[in-house]
Amino acid sequence: MKREAVGRIRFMDQQRVNLDGFAVEEPALGLVALHSPADPAPSLRVVDGMVAELDGKARGEFDTIDSYIAAHGIDLAVAGEAMALDDVAAARLFVDPAVPRAEVVRLVAGMTPAKLAGVVALLRPAELMMAMTKLRARRTPSNQAHVTNLLDDPLLLAADAATAAAYGFRELETTVPVLADAPSNAVAVTVGAAVGAPGVLVQCAVEEAMELEMGMRGLVSYAETVSLYGTEEVFVDGDDTPWSKAFLTSGYASRGIKMRVSSGAGAEVLMAGAEGRSMLYLESRCVSLARAIGAQGVQNGGIDGASVAAAVPRGVRELMAENVMVMARNLESCSGNDALMSESHVRRTSRTLPILLAGSDYICSGFGSIQRYDNMFGPSNWNAEDIDDWLAMQRDWGVDGGLRTADPESLRELRGRAVEAVRDVYRALGLGDFTDEQLARAVDAAGSKDLVPTDALAVLDAAQTIRAAGLTSLDIARALHESGHDEAAERVLAMTVARVHGDHLQTAAIFDEDMRVLSLVTDPNEYAGPGTGYEPSAARQAEIDGVRQARGVEDLRVAQAALAGDRLAPAGPATFGTDPREVVIGVSPGVGRAVWRTLSGLLVVDVLRELLDGLEEEGCLARIVRVNSTIDLGMVGLTAARLAGSGIGIGLQGKGTALIHRRDLPPLANLELYSMAPTLTADMYRRLGTNAGRHAKGATPVPVRNPYTDEAIEARYHTSVIALIVLERDCADPAAAPEDLTFSEEQP
Amino acid sequence: MTRAFSGKPAGDLTVSALVRDELVADDVRIHPETLQAQAAVAERHDNPQLAENFRRAAELTAFAEDEILSLYEALRPRRSTAAELAELADGLAARGASLCAALVREAAAAYGRRGLLR
Repeated sequence: MKREAVGRIRFMDQQRVNLDGFAVEEPALGLVALHSPADPAPSLRVVDGMVAELDGKARGEFDTIDSYIAAHGIDLAVAGEAMALDDVAAARLFVDPAVPRAEVVRLVAGMTPAKLAGVVALLRPAELMMAMTKLRARRTPSNQAHVTNLLDDPLLLAADAATAAAYGFRELETTVPVLADAPSNAVAVTVGAAVGAPGVLVQCAVEEAMELEMGMRGLVSYAETVSLYGTEEVFVDGDDTPWSKAFLTSGYASRGIKMRVSSGAGAEVLMAGAEGRSMLYLESRCVSLARAIGAQGVQNGGIDGASVAAAVPRGVRELMAENVMVMARNLESCSGNDALMSESHVRRTSRTLPILLAGSDYICSGFGSIQRYDNMFGPSNWNAEDIDDWLAMQRDWGVDGGLRTADPESLRELRGRAVEAVRDVYRALGLGDFTDEQLARAVDAAGSKDLVPTDALAVLDAAQTIRAAGLTSLDIARALHESGHDEAAERVLAMTVARVHGDHLQTAAIFDEDMRVLSLVTDPNEYAGPGTGYEPSAARQAEIDGVRQARGVEDLRVAQAALAGDRLAPAGPATFGTDPREVVIGVSPGVGRAVWRTLSGLLVVDVLRELLDGLEEEGCLARIVRVNSTIDLGMVGLTAARLAGSGIGIGLQGKGTALIHRRDLPPLANLELYSMAPTLTADMYRRLGTNAGRHAKGATPVPVRNPYTDEAIEARYHTSVIALIVLERDCADPAAAPEDLTFSEEQP
Repeated sequence: MTRAFSGKPAGDLTVSALVRDELVADDVRIHPETLQAQAAVAERHDNPQLAENFRRAAELTAFAEDEILSLYEALRPRRSTAAELAELADGLAARGASLCAALVREAAAAYGRRGLLR
């Protein structure tokens, strides 16, 4: 019989990480990250300019994926050289900053799927980061957001799209819980994005044919839900072939629409079609095929299957290796960090951090910019509640994760313009109407649960009208202009006109806010070691550094000054007391001048009231003296003790730290110390006063213990402490003598 | 100066033209020559497959949206017989879409081997 585990294990079992599933490797099921016994050895045999053997398979045994890659995916001019390279030597090329990106790209073009997978599997985590830093196509990193909600509410979609654009996302991806709503969502997000910022690409992920139709109408500006799979069986189950996908890819390009394909570990395992191959090998086939069909980019890194990869050993490493393969094949990487892969905040951060630090064309292929419950793709690895964390991580490491702080003051106004624009467009195009109350609720809503319940049929009606009437982005731009939303009209038209130029069809293209295309062509990544590659501009660095929570000394000075009062007043030089019952409360130089509130939130005068009451309870006389010459608490307390008739003093800093001192002790000694100022309460200060009184009478009171907290109390208060010290120091004068302060009671 | 599919210069594609009702769908469509030029750019940037895609796309600019959607549908698994695919390829070739025609013929051969014909 199994005994119950010890308390330590029972406690650990309760931690969030143990909600995750961890799988034993099962190569037969494809539950294996980097290597499976069934993975083929790399091979390539060319006869008469045709591939006669690919990764151990003769031409006659090729499945459709092999056939397409063999015919289109391998540069036979370099294949001999590339396939002959030793794997370790090849892996070093990925990492060595002295080897140009172009050289890696040239050689990888001649590698078979098994060869590339074998090379990338050799890269350890820090090497994957180096490879990503060097090999991504675009110099400037970027990020993509999900914008969806449970109700397909157009007002909230628009407000949230504008918000995401304000936070810096350059691509917004929406989808629908109800397929037929898709055109309405596309219009709402397109309008909201245009209100938020110029040049934001918009996508609505739905079934392939519907996505293409919306793209052709200009209701969305890029496509991503063009799935590739690593085995023929799963590919066909997905109702496509390499040729249908190649044709679809050209269909998008024929209308000037940006697109990328989507793949990633776990999909084949989940569909029981992995053929016993490793995740990395199957994904290498997808990436080879993506290049072969002429797609400019790939969303991978275990998209819907991320948690499958994360369940096996080295799975998270495999996810990042997928992105590096895309980059090495000279394609845009939209690098996963999409579906939530763990219940543990530590694990999901661990999964993303190397990619955030290395930088990717799109770090997240869907940062859930909305509430988890509103994310119709399912919760993302990063969600609305994590935006401030992401901004802090960018700032901590000094890296560009694609986001910036949206000014909280202007967000209400921005969301207001977004919902008004949608109302006006829906009205003008006969798609429906909304009440002022609905608008107001959408502006303020943190998520769809804060909305007035919407009429689901109204959204469906709007979507059907958009489809039936064949509305296009020109109709939207015109409606925006006619209802006075000139700027949004310009932006919607600009995204439409961009198709005529087609510059954003090139690899890894985004628009900046001046509608310049940043891509492999216009903004190539030329990282070659320290001092090269992407560095944020001064303006961008200021955005990264300037989180809304940052506070300076001046902010604190103003906050303290707002609490200034006149209950403490100087009353001349302090003299030596003679009454043996007298205890002196020494306060620091800033008290009554610049510092009015302690870190616990108690006002200094309220702390003094408690100390005085405590002393009075013990029948002591109290005097308040400001020690002007030093900000050191020990010296403040000792000075007070030396002035006191009893020889007992209390030292109190403006920030709330307090101690009891005695005149014969060295400065750094004391009788009791309250060091944890943020956690002190009025009752504790009263007890400190009481104890000081008992010391004055020669008793030995039970010391009051510092309250214990396991919170990151220092993280919370250290910036305030530093600023308070500055305020105190500004008031200190080493030559100034202590002075008595009078304490007047609060006026009722 | 880049021209739209309709021939209108890209510089004329303004909001004021839009509100004068001077813009139609073909004024905001990409011209096949532009796609050929983008193909040349892709080729120069070490991606001949992307270039090939743009060249197929240039051919497809001559096809209506519903034609593109139905060609895509015909290429999905088990939608078409060998004869139907051959006919589609001939139709594409007859309208100058020789790269797309070749793609369809290649698909037909592969589908025949792998049991993906209707």
